Amino acid sequence: MEDKQPIISIRNVSKRFGQVAAVDNVSLNIMPGEFFVLLGPSGCGKTTLLRMIAGFEIPTEGQILIDGQDMAKVPPNKRPVNMVFQSYAVFPHMSVADNVGYGLKIAGVGKAERESRVAEALELVKLDGFGTRKPNQLSGGQRQRVALARSLVMRPKVLLLDEPLSALDAKLRAQMQFELADLQDHVGITFITVTHDQDEALSMAGRIAVMNKGDIAQLATPSDLYEFPANRFVADFVGSVNLFEGRLTLDEPDRAAVDCPGLGKVYLNHGVTGPHGADVWVAIRPEKIYLHVPGAGKAIRGAAEDAPEGHNFARGQIKGMSYLGDITLYDIRLETGAMLRVSRPNLSRRDQEDFTWDDRVSMHWRADSAVVLLN
Amino acid sequence: MESWKNHKALFAAIATAPLTWLILFFLLPLGIVWLYSFGTNQGLTQIDISGTFANYARALEPLYLGILWKSVLVAGATTIICLVVGFPVALAIVFASDKWKPWLLLGIMLPFWTNLLIRTYALMAVLRTEGYANQTIGWLHDKFGWLMTLVGLPPPGAYEPMHLLYNNFAVIFGLVYVHLPFMVLPLYAALDKLDKSLIEASLDLGAGHLRTLLMIVAPLAAPGIISGIIITFVPALGAYLTPDLLGGPDSQMIANVIERQFKRANDWPFGAALSFILMYATFIAIAFQAMKARQAEARQ
Repeated sequence: MEDKQPIISIRNVSKRFGQVAAVDNVSLNIMPGEFFVLLGPSGCGKTTLLRMIAGFEIPTEGQILIDGQDMAKVPPNKRPVNMVFQSYAVFPHMSVADNVGYGLKIAGVGKAERESRVAEALELVKLDGFGTRKPNQLSGGQRQRVALARSLVMRPKVLLLDEPLSALDAKLRAQMQFELADLQDHVGITFITVTHDQDEALSMAGRIAVMNKGDIAQLATPSDLYEFPANRFVADFVGSVNLFEGRLTLDEPDRAAVDCPGLGKVYLNHGVTGPHGADVWVAIRPEKIYLHVPGAGKAIRGAAEDAPEGHNFARGQIKGMSYLGDITLYDIRLETGAMLRVSRPNLSRRDQEDFTWDDRVSMHWRADSAVVLLN
Repeated sequence: MESWKNHKALFAAIATAPLTWLILFFLLPLGIVWLYSFGTNQGLTQIDISGTFANYARALEPLYLGILWKSVLVAGATTIICLVVGFPVALAIVFASDKWKPWLLLGIMLPFWTNLLIRTYALMAVLRTEGYANQTIGWLHDKFGWLMTLVGLPPPGAYEPMHLLYNNFAVIFGLVYVHLPFMVLPLYAALDKLDKSLIEASLDLGAGHLRTLLMIVAPLAAPGIISGIIITFVPALGAYLTPDLLGGPDSQMIANVIERQFKRANDWPFGAALSFILMYATFIAIAFQAMKARQAEARQ
């Protein structure tokens, strides 16, 4: 990726609808062959950004370059990108083959070549033999494959996907996540997907731009986004998280401490490089917290304060449980009165019977598990 | 919503009055006129329902067939002009901003709320030889002449007012004016339902606006187009007032002939037969539309 020219370059792009800025001064480079995801809550501007790349919205300010070419004066039908719409937008009055062949027909591709390319595209999305069917004879998932094939057959430089999986049921969605990633790998076209679903984003993306209120909150790989969120919004939006307000009381290159009224003193084994005494937020993912019966930790490990050496420690009482099959979520009221969420994998069939409502429990987490957020 | 089937008594109570009205004042007279169409005149007011087809046979004589054919041509021309003018109007309303939509629809419907006779007389004031249309064109003509003299060219001769009234042009113009809302509203309803992303998908796949219109919008709006055509064509075919007031001696339509049978000619059986020929044609058209609509529904 180092020396390559970005396939899409978004430069200081803003889009205002009246007084409201849907997209606010966004700059972004997307590299050829990337699986790029725009993630954010509804109304964050992700769809507007995608539609500006497709040409359905005109930026109020800024510049969009596709393959080095300024797109300012290029209408949607002349852009080297294709879009898969949220509603799929499969033409209801045409057969599957006519739908897939529509763009080629417009482009003046001859009948013989068109037919072979349509067949190829249908095979690619595993719909071979469906050519003569009408869209009303297809399931939602199949209709989406038609929309995909219809775009891919055009061999675009970039494929844009607007909430591609939102209309599918959970099982099909999980399957399509893999298939989409697989397909992208196979065809080598740059994919840009818009979604509000973080699981979808984490499982498919090479890089994710998390958007909030028209701005990019963080641009990172899925694991960086999850493990090293840059701010409170990202920590909270991607995955679930326990957030505590606190004051940075110690900040050295190899250790730091945050005094949280809700959680007590939180120690970290790395520096934070924030101003001393600053108001910060501590974020801890529920799955990074170990849960055990009080005293057990001490008995096993012989460490001080009921926790392994170097771990942070807290005590509380279980106030809520939700069993999700693979994991169980515990809502624990700490001695300070604050609530903490802990998740625990059900490694054996009886794991979730270890704890129940109103049990007093001890918790500990590694010194590098918590993330300190400055904003 | 609750089904009326659960409240049969209430339904009957509500439906009885309008149903009685319809039967007494619509179906019954219609039935009588239908019977008249198989009757023969016996004296001035006496009609004998003899079961004869003579009236229909007479209606199919070249004279009346010619007028019927002419009515079909005039109504057809009206419908085509309404479609060509109404489609872009409907499209423009569909894509107008939400703030403007109700006002534009109001603009389409406003003429509905004015009496047809008043509107027709207003149209006469516009189309007359000394009317507003000729005045405006005459004024432009004079100004153009003045401009020509200004640049040193000979001015064109004096403006000769056009004869816009009392001819077929005036009839079609008047019918288009009256029937345009009938075309625009069903087209608007059909186009408004259309998923806008289908249009965007077509553009995205490389089609221009015209091709998108022809290959995506028009086929999907076909049920609305057919409704609009029938809703415009049927009343235009039976138009009476417009050809009567705006038309010339050669532009009478079938409704004018029917009126004459019931009044001046006092030949009610023949008038009834002519009326019902129009009705049969209408029924066939509506049945055709229903069939098309069912086909479209089956496709969805």
